Amino acid sequence: MSRIVRPYGDTTGDGMVQLSFTLPVASDRRAEGAALQLAAKMGMDPAMVVHSRPIGDGYTFFVVYGRVNHLVDVDAVQVVERDFPVLAAKEVNALVRRRLRRKLVVVGACIGTDAHTVGIDAILNVKGIAGEKGLESYREFRVVNMGAQVGVPDLVERAAAERADAVLVSQVVTQRDAHMHNTREMSAAFREALPAGRRPLLVVGGPRFDELMAAELGVDRIFGRGTTPREVASYLVHALAGGTVREKVAAG
Amino acid sequence: MIANKLDLDRARVRQARQLARRAGKPVVDLARSHTTVAVERAVLRLAGVSGADPDGIPWVNRLVDAVVADVGLGYGVAVPAFHALAASGTHDLTLLAQKAAAGSVRFEAPGGSAATAARRAARKAVAAGIRQIDRRRAERERLVTRYGDPPRRPWIYLIVATGDIYEDIPQAQAAARAGADVIAVIRSTGQSLLDYVPDGATREGFAGTYATQENFRLMRAALDETSRELRRYVRLTNYASGLCMPEIATLAGLERLDMMLNDSMYGILFRDINPVRTFVDQRFSRQIHARAGIIINTGEDNYLTTADAVDEAHTVTVSQLLNEYFAKEAGLEDWQLGLGHAFEINPDLPDSFRLELAHALLARELFPKAPLKWMPPTKHMTGDVFRGNLLDGFFNLAGTMTGQSILLVGMMTEAVVTPWLSDRDTALANVRYVLGACGGLHEDFVPAPGGFIQRRAHQVLDESVELLRRIVDDGLLEAIGAGTFGIMKRPADGGKGLAGVARHEPDYYNPATEILEER
Repeated sequence: MSRIVRPYGDTTGDGMVQLSFTLPVASDRRAEGAALQLAAKMGMDPAMVVHSRPIGDGYTFFVVYGRVNHLVDVDAVQVVERDFPVLAAKEVNALVRRRLRRKLVVVGACIGTDAHTVGIDAILNVKGIAGEKGLESYREFRVVNMGAQVGVPDLVERAAAERADAVLVSQVVTQRDAHMHNTREMSAAFREALPAGRRPLLVVGGPRFDELMAAELGVDRIFGRGTTPREVASYLVHALAGGTVREKVAAG
Repeated sequence: MIANKLDLDRARVRQARQLARRAGKPVVDLARSHTTVAVERAVLRLAGVSGADPDGIPWVNRLVDAVVADVGLGYGVAVPAFHALAASGTHDLTLLAQKAAAGSVRFEAPGGSAATAARRAARKAVAAGIRQIDRRRAERERLVTRYGDPPRRPWIYLIVATGDIYEDIPQAQAAARAGADVIAVIRSTGQSLLDYVPDGATREGFAGTYATQENFRLMRAALDETSRELRRYVRLTNYASGLCMPEIATLAGLERLDMMLNDSMYGILFRDINPVRTFVDQRFSRQIHARAGIIINTGEDNYLTTADAVDEAHTVTVSQLLNEYFAKEAGLEDWQLGLGHAFEINPDLPDSFRLELAHALLARELFPKAPLKWMPPTKHMTGDVFRGNLLDGFFNLAGTMTGQSILLVGMMTEAVVTPWLSDRDTALANVRYVLGACGGLHEDFVPAPGGFIQRRAHQVLDESVELLRRIVDDGLLEAIGAGTFGIMKRPADGGKGLAGVARHEPDYYNPATEILEER
């Protein structure tokens, strides 16, 4: 069976797509021509401007429908596969009980100047996100949410005091690569403050991280856009209470 | 209540208000007996201190820090500063701040006739600042008379946020031409946790533009130009929240901003600012807003972004009642209370729209004279822009059916990108369609007696009374500490900014509070 596909409008293989955009030109016949030119350069042929309207002075908004000739080879698509199974909350709790025999301690924070707690709250707060409850709701987890703009030394100190199994850090603001600098500073501080056996699992998350950069940033795992609490919980039990129980867990 | 479309039990409503007063009173007493570094800096700004040192630290900060180092915060800054001013032989408080920063001035809290003289001088200087606020208010009233208010309710409220005030200005003007009645300039993230107000025009911010006096002035001047062009007074909004609430409120009054975000508990819950600091700062900032004729916008929408919009609907009502009590205690009038609420119920829930109508109408009926601020869906906007546009349409419909006063325009690209030009245009087209098609629907919309909407509203009111009763029993600070609002737990001795709070000494003096409380 062929894995070569085209976009689907209402007939297999018709290649139909829709597109909307704004051009910085006044709305007239020439503007429509400009929109069609863009659509053609994007590979839409034939293309139809089905709607256009002026927006303010000197801008025009277009909706274009048309056919693209491109083929998509589904077999050639590469994705980062998850290396742990996503479990239900009940299974996560059962694993912690069976393997750790105590609560799994998570300390979370937004570090640096980042005041956006939306990410860390989505993962930690009972309320959660996308219908999934946050880690606070896991009976076998103990969660400490330090909130926004936490200093790295405070985070290290608190993680040590709470005997954290994992530290979750959220970074939304990315101006001048602040998220990367902050993450490096955080991982370095943990390396400096705690011996390898007592260092918690370091996890960062945020919409602009590249999930492949964990090693470079000195953390154990990176989660990108769209991560849900259940994925994080599943990863934590996999890493901390999974088949390969880490040394630090055994050490207590 | 005139209409009583929900057949609310009036005795129950009275009871809810009484409980809110009882819950809030101890916190007001706390606010009346404490001051903060931010309140004292606001006093200095009213007295005319401006500008910043070469590192960008405002002179008001330098002067307050110097006074605190010598005599502490408990006397207030006015008497020690004006006493030192008299002794120094200069007449310029900013110059005194510069000298103090260089370490060449010693401050003391004088007694007797020296104290009386310092009080008199401080009061005279601060009165000049308050007169300036009065002039700005009169100017607004003149301009509204000349250009007129928006032709209908709700007022259409749009946000701009580029980080660069010079980019914000054309965007704001374009938004006003496209139909916005109110422009809000979102602040740079993290400004709430700065313990100073940046100085001058700023061109760089994080997901927003810094609130500074110069930025306020530039944007107000630009919108005055646009108001003249459109023959409609375009209002300007900013944020009096965070550690500098009293100062930003003061700057807003001095620069004729028209609305300010000002919630009694937002900073505590969402920014982990110390509760006592927040309540002291908030009372002063609201006294300034009252004097400046500014409409405050409260932040109840935020609770629903962290807590469930159905289960926790009553926490919104409770917060509105508390915000109302604190606002009126500080001198604000009904027409200045832009109490907030939001359309945040999960759209997959059966009857979600009927629940929204019940909640929105409850707010309308509980606060019939307040310019309620109706906030669009954010939490259940998924990136599916088509569904998002539909949801925003229902949000707009609920707004007009329940007679909301200020409508923050929802963006179908919420949670995807900062709004594009075309997103804003599509969103405004959505609003225009709904208001054009059924702008007067609130006249006809009367829920069936004993029906779903009435029953739900009664339930939320009952739950609110129940929660208020618990808050009265436990104490508001304890309730906040226990995580009653928006899940976050915030103990009274925790959070940022606590070091900048002091109990009044017996001869504490604040000329601004004295003048503001004279009316």
